[in-house]
Amino acid sequence: MPLITTPNLSDPDGSYAALIAAHDGLTETESHAFNARLILVLMNQIGDAQVIAQALRIARETGVK
Amino acid sequence: MKDNVEQRYDLAFRLYPYAKSPDQEAAPRRHPVVVVGGGPIGLAMALDLGQRGVPVLVLDDHEGVGAGSRAICFAKRTLEICDRLGAVGPMMDKGVVWNTGKVFHDDRLLYAFDLLPEDGHAFPAFINLQQPWFEKYLHDAILAAQAAGAPIEIRGRNRVDAVEAWDDHVALRVATPDGSYEVQADWLIACDGARSPLRSMLGLTFDGRVFEDNFLIADVRMQADFPTERWFWFEPHFKSGDSALLHKQPDGVWRIDFQLGWNIDRKAELEPSRIRARVDAMLGPDVPYELVWTSIYTFQCRRMERFRHGRVIFAGDSAHQVSPFGARGANSGIQDVDNLGWKLAAVLDGTAPDRLLDSYNAERVQGADENILNSTRATDFITPKSPVSRLFRNAVLALAETQPFARTIVNSGRLSVPCIYDGSALNGPDAIGLPARTRPGSPCPDAPVPGGWLLRRLSGFVLLGIDAETPDRFEAHGMTIPGLCLSARDNAALRSRYLGEASGAIYLIRPDQHVAARWTAFDADAVAGALARCLARE
Repeated sequence: MPLITTPNLSDPDGSYAALIAAHDGLTETESHAFNARLILVLMNQIGDAQVIAQALRIARETGVK
Repeated sequence: MKDNVEQRYDLAFRLYPYAKSPDQEAAPRRHPVVVVGGGPIGLAMALDLGQRGVPVLVLDDHEGVGAGSRAICFAKRTLEICDRLGAVGPMMDKGVVWNTGKVFHDDRLLYAFDLLPEDGHAFPAFINLQQPWFEKYLHDAILAAQAAGAPIEIRGRNRVDAVEAWDDHVALRVATPDGSYEVQADWLIACDGARSPLRSMLGLTFDGRVFEDNFLIADVRMQADFPTERWFWFEPHFKSGDSALLHKQPDGVWRIDFQLGWNIDRKAELEPSRIRARVDAMLGPDVPYELVWTSIYTFQCRRMERFRHGRVIFAGDSAHQVSPFGARGANSGIQDVDNLGWKLAAVLDGTAPDRLLDSYNAERVQGADENILNSTRATDFITPKSPVSRLFRNAVLALAETQPFARTIVNSGRLSVPCIYDGSALNGPDAIGLPARTRPGSPCPDAPVPGGWLLRRLSGFVLLGIDAETPDRFEAHGMTIPGLCLSARDNAALRSRYLGEASGAIYLIRPDQHVAARWTAFDADAVAGALARCLARE
């Protein structure tokens, strides 16, 4: 199954707000550590190595100016 | 001219004292095989070839086994190979069997793991045994083989000082306490270790990656009630290192390993008082112990571009070097021996052309790359190389305590398992529906069979039939191969490992107990074709 790049969130605004709220009260260092744990949890949910590779590629390519 | 052949290290066992050979007084004599180096790989190589009737001469610049525990973890595949070589009995008697590992972060146990949850194997996943004992038992097996007529000769305090490689032989100049002499070899096997003088003399490169870290080994003898398990700490609370390892050896000795970092004063760190301070912090102040052996090592992951250079073949650390995480050093060298022995014997007796030896290069380079990949990944996890790498490493450790998925990412060493030679030129046909783990190129997994264990029944080429019509012997290309017919009825291990959902299977097994080809029914032409392919005759 290829990486889903079309809209797939059941509640885009709600989930985004939850992501930001989850960082409330964290220092920058704690936020980085939180993000790292979150990525690992979500990576496990995806599971498939090829889909993960595709996601890494998108993140890398869109970040480059 | 006298040459004293400097002794670079102390011996644990003096096994083959220098004795003058008639070769030293004669014109250069030609030997079919010369092995340089009397470490575990050189000794196993000599034993393997000698038991096949191949005359083999071992040249070692020392007179026995070096002191110091060094390699301590010997994996199941190594034990299976040593069983074939007739050396495993005392290893199992002396060695410490362990199956459980525990991983800690700071002062918390993250999880425990079992190395071999699968039944139906003659040997455990690992034993711990100090390297000198491993080598001594190989030498004991050589003595027994010699007594039974195996043409093995070991010359101690014989140091190779020069080598000339020709198209049809290799010439060596050898220093001894009685001066130098020349000896020639049809085939030379370099088992002379990570710093291989032969590799340097031949001007061959050994490229790879250096890891900027130092590890301190402190082997201590103590009466302690730690269980026989492998304990690994990331960022241990006792602060004796960035990581630490505790592992049991025979004779009440424990291997303790501390990660010290890159910028250290090596000499100061080796001071016994300094080492004791680290060990005390780990064990607590009231545990009495004795320091048995200490060493600081750095490591590299690298290999030669090719392991075969004409008539010179490299095996073990001379060909490839890995970090110790995963116990992939000596264990992979023993697999080199397993792969090379039957091929060289087949070339020497004319059964196979010498290009069969190119498959040694291809298969063991594949094995080395797998080991380097695994050991590099473990090292990068244990010693993160950037702030973000450390961030993710610690995120994995934080999750591992409560989230089972994260435990699969924790990497304190992926412990040595044999390489599957997928894609090897020697592999013949596969059959759809048979289990993936026994596909062509795979090492045969053991299984209980009537009267003992499957692997003990696999010697030389074997045609293994499971619930399929199998000839008692199969003849092709001037060779006779025994057939072995077994039933998987009432044998769940054999069924799941070799049959799967199929009703019957035929396996052509190589002398190193790797699968050459397999079918669901016997077909003489197909087996003959696979045999020719496996001997590089087509």
